Amino acid sequence: MSELLQFLFSGLTVGAVYALVALGFTIIYNASGVVNFAQGEFVMLGGMITVFAHAAGLPLPLAALLAIAATAAIGVGLNKFAIEPARGAPVVSLIIITIGASIFIRGAAQLIFDKQIHSFPSFSGDDPIHVMGATILTQSLWAIGGAFAVFVGLWLFFTRTILGRAVLATSNNRLAAQLVGINTDFVMTLSFTLSAAIGAFAGVLITPITMTSYDVGLGLALKGFAGAMLGGMGNPKGAFAGGLLLGLLEALTAGYLSSQYKEAAAFVVILAVLFFMPQGLFGSKSTDRV
Amino acid sequence: MRISSKHLTLLVLAALIAVAPLFFPSGYYFRVGALIFVNALAVTGIVILTGYAGQISLGHAGFAGIGGYACALAPVHWGIPPALAVVLGALVSGILAYLVGRPILRLKGYYLGVASLGFGILVAMVLNNERQLTKGPDGIEVPDLGLRGLLKDWGLNLSNGEFWYAFTGICLLIGAWIALNLFNSPSGRALRALHGSEIAAGTVGIDVARVKLQAFVISAVYASVAGSLTALQNKFVTPDIAGFMHSVEMVTMAVLGGVGSVPGAILGAGILTLLPQVLTVFAEYEQLILGLVMMLVMIFLREGLVPSILRKIRGRGE
Repeated sequence: MSELLQFLFSGLTVGAVYALVALGFTIIYNASGVVNFAQGEFVMLGGMITVFAHAAGLPLPLAALLAIAATAAIGVGLNKFAIEPARGAPVVSLIIITIGASIFIRGAAQLIFDKQIHSFPSFSGDDPIHVMGATILTQSLWAIGGAFAVFVGLWLFFTRTILGRAVLATSNNRLAAQLVGINTDFVMTLSFTLSAAIGAFAGVLITPITMTSYDVGLGLALKGFAGAMLGGMGNPKGAFAGGLLLGLLEALTAGYLSSQYKEAAAFVVILAVLFFMPQGLFGSKSTDRV
Repeated sequence: MRISSKHLTLLVLAALIAVAPLFFPSGYYFRVGALIFVNALAVTGIVILTGYAGQISLGHAGFAGIGGYACALAPVHWGIPPALAVVLGALVSGILAYLVGRPILRLKGYYLGVASLGFGILVAMVLNNERQLTKGPDGIEVPDLGLRGLLKDWGLNLSNGEFWYAFTGICLLIGAWIALNLFNSPSGRALRALHGSEIAAGTVGIDVARVKLQAFVISAVYASVAGSLTALQNKFVTPDIAGFMHSVEMVTMAVLGGVGSVPGAILGAGILTLLPQVLTVFAEYEQLILGLVMMLVMIFLREGLVPSILRKIRGRGE
């Protein structure tokens, strides 16, 4: 029992990060129909910039804020210089552009920072909390709590604010949104800013536990994507639940089956979802955009 | 007799392959040439999938891995001669592509990209983890193809470099010939004409999902054979052959040359294979350069080098 609880704790911790990556995917996908393969790089940047800013002498909270702001700026740049000029391009071209962007960012990070594995101290010390024979790190609570906070914040944003509704309107029908006076270019910029910031925030939350290096982005992007698909592409609730579920699945695979193949869980999920229920758990039929 | 553009392409390619060695200052260039041909063969497969069926695969290195490891494992474990192992690898790759592609190619857009990416990573993971079979990340030896020895018995004595240059050159010619025929077949023409709109293709009676599946299976076989040739030539293979970066390299080569064009595949493979040989700093900047090429070409030169150049030339002639 305590063993299972332990796996659940670690599953929820990484699942929280996958959920944040999946949310980032969903925001951009909804606003623009683009699946941004560079989403994982945002998480990497969040962690790496914090590490180096902290090492340069900034206090941790300030370093984290700097990392989130810088990553958000990079997200805006990605939209302005790579996605916007390619508007109307076929899906294949957009995939290649965002993959190119992700590899470019990774290559740049490798040159600017280094190839080492890095970490920084936990927010509130390293003493674990004991719960019914299992232990949970305080940093895990930060990660899970942070993910929930972002999810609730986004939910309020999309349902309670004019701006959030403008994003939803744009995702439903770009032309109609323009006709009622919504600045869709701004909505696109906003969605890239938001999802880059959320990605970077995830990086800040998880780095004390899992550590970071220049090449962690691709794996995270894939898992976030798998989570988003598991929940139903384009559905924020689905993305959140899908990400958490995937984290749990991975932890249970590692615990009960094989730690070597725990990474495989995400890919098996991708393939299985595509085979059996392409609409995902929280089925939305918007996958077939004509 | 009027020479069709298909035959012209093949003739030019054959002439290039035959004449290039006259300008080689050293034997090392035979090896570079063979590397280009093998990459070009794999990229031709990508061109069939992406240019012909409008789909993208981000896991083609997985098939290259299957082809490469088939040549390493089949001769040792089941006594299958290496030449047959190439066929076995191609068969396994084709079947897996069929199984993965069948349900997914009915969907559109991102799905094949992501599913193939997952597939490729699974293959790399198995090659890395199943140490007792694959010897893990350190790689495994591949037996000799035996063809060079056979040629020697027949009185044709080629150096290792010369043999692989000629052999892979011939393989590329065959691969290009098949791809060009596919492009010019009636369904190929129809699909290319309707490439932009699957709905339009569907309404004129083309079974879009089936043609896409065919293209995926064929391109997987190309990647597998290319993987086998790489392994046989190096006499060694590591799991890197199935790695994500290798998949990205293939796609970048195709994109750079032109996704709808067989000569484009060869040019793209040529440029990106030569680059690391010429640029010594390439290793450090590899990811930066590959990523930049992918983005710039897709934004400013969406058709790739060869189709863009051809259009310029034709435009001037009119």
